[in-house]
Amino acid sequence: MNFSTDLSLALPELILAGGALVLLVWGAFQSRANMVFSLAAVALLVAAGAAAVLGPMGRGFSGGLIADQASAFAKVAIYAASAIAIPLGQPWFQRRGVNNFEFPILIVLAALGMGMMASAGDLISLYIGVELHSLALYVLAAIHRDNAKASEAGLKYFVLGALSSGLLLYGASLIYGFAGSTHFTVIAQAVEGGANVGVLFGLVFLICGLAFKISAAPFHMWTPDVYEGAPTPVVAFFGAAPKMAAMVLFARVLAEGFGGAAEQWRQILIIIALASVAVGAFAGLAQSNLKRLWAYSSIANIGYAVLGLASGDTAGVQAMLVFMVLYMVDVTGFFACLAALSRDGRPMETISDMAGLFKERPGIALAMSAFALSALGLPPFSGFWAKFYVFKAAIGAGLGVVAVIALVGSVVAAFYYLRLIKVMWFDASAGATETPPVEARTIALALALFTFPVVLVALAFLDPLAAAAAAAFGLA
Amino acid sequence: MTGILSLITYAPLLGVAAILALRLVAPAGSPRSAELAKWVALVTTLVTLALSLVMLGQFDRTTADFQFVEDFAWFGGLHYRMGVDGISVLFVVLTAFLMPLCIAASWRSIEHRIEEYLIAFLALETLVIGVFCALDLILFYLFFEFGLAPMFLIIGVWGGKNRVYAAFKFFLYTLLGSVLMLAAVLGMIGITGTSSIPELMTYDFGQEIQIWLWLAFFASFAVKMPMWPVHTWLPDAHVEAPTAGSVILAGVLLKMGGYGFMRFSLPMFPDASAYFTPLVFAMSVIAIVYTSLVAFRQTDIKKLIAYSSVAHMGFVTLGIFSGNAQGEQGAIFQMVSHGLISGALFLCVGVVYDRMHTREIAFYGGLVNRMPWYAAIFLLFTMGNVGLPGTSGFVGEILTMAGAYQASTWAAIVAATGVILSAVYALSLYRRVVFGEITNPALAEIKDLNWREVAIFAPLIIGTLYLGIYPAAVFDITQASVDNLVAVYRAATGG
Repeated sequence: MNFSTDLSLALPELILAGGALVLLVWGAFQSRANMVFSLAAVALLVAAGAAAVLGPMGRGFSGGLIADQASAFAKVAIYAASAIAIPLGQPWFQRRGVNNFEFPILIVLAALGMGMMASAGDLISLYIGVELHSLALYVLAAIHRDNAKASEAGLKYFVLGALSSGLLLYGASLIYGFAGSTHFTVIAQAVEGGANVGVLFGLVFLICGLAFKISAAPFHMWTPDVYEGAPTPVVAFFGAAPKMAAMVLFARVLAEGFGGAAEQWRQILIIIALASVAVGAFAGLAQSNLKRLWAYSSIANIGYAVLGLASGDTAGVQAMLVFMVLYMVDVTGFFACLAALSRDGRPMETISDMAGLFKERPGIALAMSAFALSALGLPPFSGFWAKFYVFKAAIGAGLGVVAVIALVGSVVAAFYYLRLIKVMWFDASAGATETPPVEARTIALALALFTFPVVLVALAFLDPLAAAAAAAFGLA
Repeated sequence: MTGILSLITYAPLLGVAAILALRLVAPAGSPRSAELAKWVALVTTLVTLALSLVMLGQFDRTTADFQFVEDFAWFGGLHYRMGVDGISVLFVVLTAFLMPLCIAASWRSIEHRIEEYLIAFLALETLVIGVFCALDLILFYLFFEFGLAPMFLIIGVWGGKNRVYAAFKFFLYTLLGSVLMLAAVLGMIGITGTSSIPELMTYDFGQEIQIWLWLAFFASFAVKMPMWPVHTWLPDAHVEAPTAGSVILAGVLLKMGGYGFMRFSLPMFPDASAYFTPLVFAMSVIAIVYTSLVAFRQTDIKKLIAYSSVAHMGFVTLGIFSGNAQGEQGAIFQMVSHGLISGALFLCVGVVYDRMHTREIAFYGGLVNRMPWYAAIFLLFTMGNVGLPGTSGFVGEILTMAGAYQASTWAAIVAATGVILSAVYALSLYRRVVFGEITNPALAEIKDLNWREVAIFAPLIIGTLYLGIYPAAVFDITQASVDNLVAVYRAATGG
């Protein structure tokens, strides 16, 4: 393949990279950030998403970059979620007197990294993608820099993130040493017919590093602290898109590089999945801060996504992809609700703050109830369909007992979602709330409508797309 | 008539839309908006009832096939399938019949958030009717499970003092049962590649796998039913729920369990059903005897009736798992009859609760002196609850016991003592509340039934007596499907 074809495969990323740099220069000469600026960033992400769908498919840069159905599917979801985060964040920061024009640019850069993760074809592009998006996220977590908690969150995230990158890199170098290549396809040949201990050792480190990125137990410790400290719109962003990117990367590495060692990694994933579901369900019970609560909820939910992957077949990957898309809607929507709410100039973040919300803000209370019921997995909300796919795949792959344990875990978690609904609907009001920013409210309501009833129609389109994307991984 | 089932199912949602649209003419929460919302809800439920009666009129009683079938491909191999047969059609009508009564019963007793209350009830009606019409496993699960949400709100927002505890207990108990069923549902789809209930009813699962699937479904239906020993959520839920909530809970939500046994457990897992029959019989007779005794010791009227519901559901499971025509017919009849009688009894409690705001048995006594009409109506339904011949309660009990006698003599004999025990607790309740002299001065000015309450009781009285005198009205409809069910079950188990 020649260089220009390679570049055309990377068109979505080029749009983002070029656009981000132009915006950065433009922003430096602007006296203050404005909405036009944000819109430009959104347009970039949309253009990149379109390019990912419409552009050519194939492998470029000697196999280091893959553009296929799977990467296109993931990129559209990632870029869309990133684009939503910008109008959600801009007014939130403005209200708090933080006028950082870097916010949309950092989101675009993070999206660029995530796009690379979705397209990674070897360990090098994997690492570059992971680092690029992580660095942007560290800064985003601390972007509210006058806020002590936000700075703490950013620092914590950075230190632990560096540790996980170390693990990832160590694993990658072991794999390279024992398999003789960084390319997934070459590694796959080395693993064919039984991997040697060195490669497996490296694989375990690689899985640990990626598990940290998706905040799966037992690598979840950072999540509650970072979710609590970081600005709410930023949490809405990094609860959704980065998880999708990391899960697709996870699937890519395991399926393309280590298909021959499926029996080994499936065991690890089953343990990770069950541990995540258990930690998310039980630790969530003790939380009073909603952001921490939702952090534990996200840990439990990632457990279900990993369970889909643990099925180790195309149906499992399809389930994981559907799950992640529906889960992204849930988490973005929930944090959009939180971003919309404030009382006396303070954000409303604890469960007791939500008392009687149904009386004060019926629309947002309904939306929040929809997201909670969806995360609980109550049909016919989107979260049920997400779980439906995952458990169907898991049971189909012979993981019936694991599925039942995970389902029982979801009943435990049901308690804290119900408690939130109970507080909003049953309790007396805790006082008037301020008018929500129109952007956050619109996003919250639109996403709530997606969880039900739009999802019932949307799944008819999502199902075949996810199936085609999953087939690209070439599993059985 | 294709499409009528969807029409009946979703008609209440039109009422929901209309109530939401009321904001255009009156501010939400204003007395005018509340008044209009009540009429909208009443008219909607009456229209739904009329539609369901039209459907019943068109229903072909000579065939065991599913009728009014609708089938559209959805996604991922799922289908939107609706249809009714002789087993499910009566539950659709029963639901549509009880709903207007629930709305009317809430007319004065619900004082805050009336629009939301009515929306919850209308949504619940859609979901309950959907459960009985769904012919696709996943569609069934959708309706079955989503029904928890409106009931959770009805108990939690409009319930009594301990409502939060009761609402959580109700939700979590039922959810735990349901997720096990979900695992089984997904397993069945994985094995057979279809989620169509009619197809699955003819699929022959291996004996080993049947045991597991049966247990998973049993976990869900036994909680819903509720069977001893997983019945403890029911008294709490009943006591805390508003009157109409109790009516709908006892009247139709419990019937989902019995319906599930007849729709899934018997035809799909016949070997496992036969294998577990002794277990179910044991649990049923324990329920009948034990909860009857527990009911006798209650000091709260509603709790007493709730425990009596558990005992009566014991007869239903006894009948279903006897696996013969009398048992099945009796079980369906008992469920329909219990829907009318227990619904009416909860309404009787609601009448005095609305006036006195207490359900303590000791508070009352001598009501016959002030409320003769009430006393007469309460007596009729108490007798129905005891199973007096001439009321519908008698037919269901005698048939389920006759069916059970053929399957297990001992179970039938022990269950028969339940008939005596039900007389003990029901008559003693009646004596303590209605007879004697008024000793509590607070009751001196209590008023008899008003025209609205009489109008609510009238259909229930007619139904109870009509079915008691002419039970063939039910059997004609159920005959063909029950015979088919029994034939399939017998053929599969070699009985």
